[in-house]
Amino acid sequence: MTTTDLVLTAEGLTKSFGGVHALKGASITMRRGEVTALIGDNGAGKSTLVRCLSGIHRPDSGTITLDGEEVQLDSPLDARAHGIETVQQNLALVEDLTVWQNFFVGRELTRGVGPVRLLDRRAMREQAGQLLSGLAVNVPPVTSRVRRLSGGQRQAVAIARAAGWGSAMVIMDEPTAALGVQETARVEEVIRRLQDSGVAVLLISHNFDQVLRLAQHVWVMRAGLAVAERRADQTSGDELVALITGAKAA
Amino acid sequence: MNPTAPTSASAPTPTAGPSRTPEAAPPARRVVAALAEARHLSFWAENAAPIGLVVLVVVFSILSPTFLTLGNLTAMLVAGAILVILAVAQSFVITTGGIDLSISATMTIGAVGFGLAFRAGLPFWPAAAVALASATVIGLVNGLLIAKGKVTDFIATLGTLGVATGAALILTDGRPISVFSTELLTLTTGKIGFLPYPFLLAAVVAVLAWVVMFRTRYGLHVQAVGGSEEAAVANGVKAPRVRIAVYVWAAALAGLASLLLVARIGAAEPAINTTYLLNSIAAVVLGGVSLTGGRAKIVGPVLGALLLTALTNGLTLLAVSQFYQPLAVGLVVVLAALLTRYQKR
Repeated sequence: MTTTDLVLTAEGLTKSFGGVHALKGASITMRRGEVTALIGDNGAGKSTLVRCLSGIHRPDSGTITLDGEEVQLDSPLDARAHGIETVQQNLALVEDLTVWQNFFVGRELTRGVGPVRLLDRRAMREQAGQLLSGLAVNVPPVTSRVRRLSGGQRQAVAIARAAGWGSAMVIMDEPTAALGVQETARVEEVIRRLQDSGVAVLLISHNFDQVLRLAQHVWVMRAGLAVAERRADQTSGDELVALITGAKAA
Repeated sequence: MNPTAPTSASAPTPTAGPSRTPEAAPPARRVVAALAEARHLSFWAENAAPIGLVVLVVVFSILSPTFLTLGNLTAMLVAGAILVILAVAQSFVITTGGIDLSISATMTIGAVGFGLAFRAGLPFWPAAAVALASATVIGLVNGLLIAKGKVTDFIATLGTLGVATGAALILTDGRPISVFSTELLTLTTGKIGFLPYPFLLAAVVAVLAWVVMFRTRYGLHVQAVGGSEEAAVANGVKAPRVRIAVYVWAAALAGLASLLLVARIGAAEPAINTTYLLNSIAAVVLGGVSLTGGRAKIVGPVLGALLLTALTNGLTLLAVSQFYQPLAVGLVVVLAALLTRYQKR
């Protein structure tokens, strides 16, 4: 495997909050076109690592390399500009707005002359509809308010939005944590389609079955370090549990 | 699927795409649908202002023969113009989840600014600019206090309400400044057809406000910030800037309304105008806007303002004592607020 197969390399990331060392030199890689899972117990440093990658935290030391180029991610907008989209656990959807408005808020399409610009509502509705129907079955009409959507539909909207900006990589934090069985299956389908479209996905999940279903590669975190990596087809739930708890050394 | 970057605005647009929006339904079906809706409480809650307005007009025109005369209608439109403008301004603020308690004091500052400038010998237009500028300053202070200083909207605007009221009294020594200006006279008496200028001004403001709220990026950001500031910021909306702008615009509109106020009274009065403050909030509540923010409405608050004007006007025509007017307004507002609980979310 050459380095060009790697869409992302994070090396030696450290991050402390006061006296708490959340990351102690964690290193992970993500391969192009794959779903990479990040697992670990609570407090293992998953969230901090993800927040460093999505530009919310700046690591104290260490490097992040995207497509072979070292980058500084100073803000979520910065990360976004580098093609890293994050689907946050709270989804960052405005419930009172419609689906298409949520797709485009902050990045609206406008038309008009000079400084007089009006929203290009039709173009936004169409593009939102296309992106959504390309990823998910049972899509809500783009004119419905997010408040009326089910948890799975909301998740699909948030994922489709993240995928819709030509992003190279989408980070998902516990995308099915609050969903029922059917809805979980739908969201997993969305993640598969996203992968098929060539986007690298970093999936944070506590559900080992799901990790083994969706991911090709698994990173295990413990005590602020990425302690082990496995190919998904060469490991088992039992092994992953052992790696997480430290019962089995990497 | 190839994720396309939707930054390219030149997407092909079908000429006759199937529409899922209800406004595309044929009129007959819309009427049937509306009647079906009428069985639900939410229908009454969503349309409290128009229904209330119709009820008031019917009741008052039965009780008083003068109510529906052209003269009285024109008088109502003139009287309602100020409240319509203030309600539109308040609606923007409330959509962000805030409130502007200083709005009528800001209008007073605008009026006093106009009066002082006019007394100092400035012609109408420069004096009007002074009115707008002095009002806008209050809005800027509100916005900075709330967005940058993280002061609760209620407290910040309560503070500027006090400051503006006091400043108006100090600057004028508590005495009204009489203003005789032909432009102001035209503003208050001129009309096109039977539509008086103040009403046309308010109508223009309302239409522009609707376009800004529902057809521009800024309006969408106002709704997003009011709906969920956290989500809006996560999507790149600059929430502090949106908040500051909302208070600045509200104050500028209050400045505009101050011109109508001076024109109507014929003097710049340092009066407190609490009624306008309460009625501007009442009109927005009547218009079905939730005080928690996020759901924008412009037509509703405008109708709410007209309803309150009609209520006051009708009670006056029926020779009901002035003491009963705040009571009636209060009851109507509480009723409307109760009804909004049944709105569809």
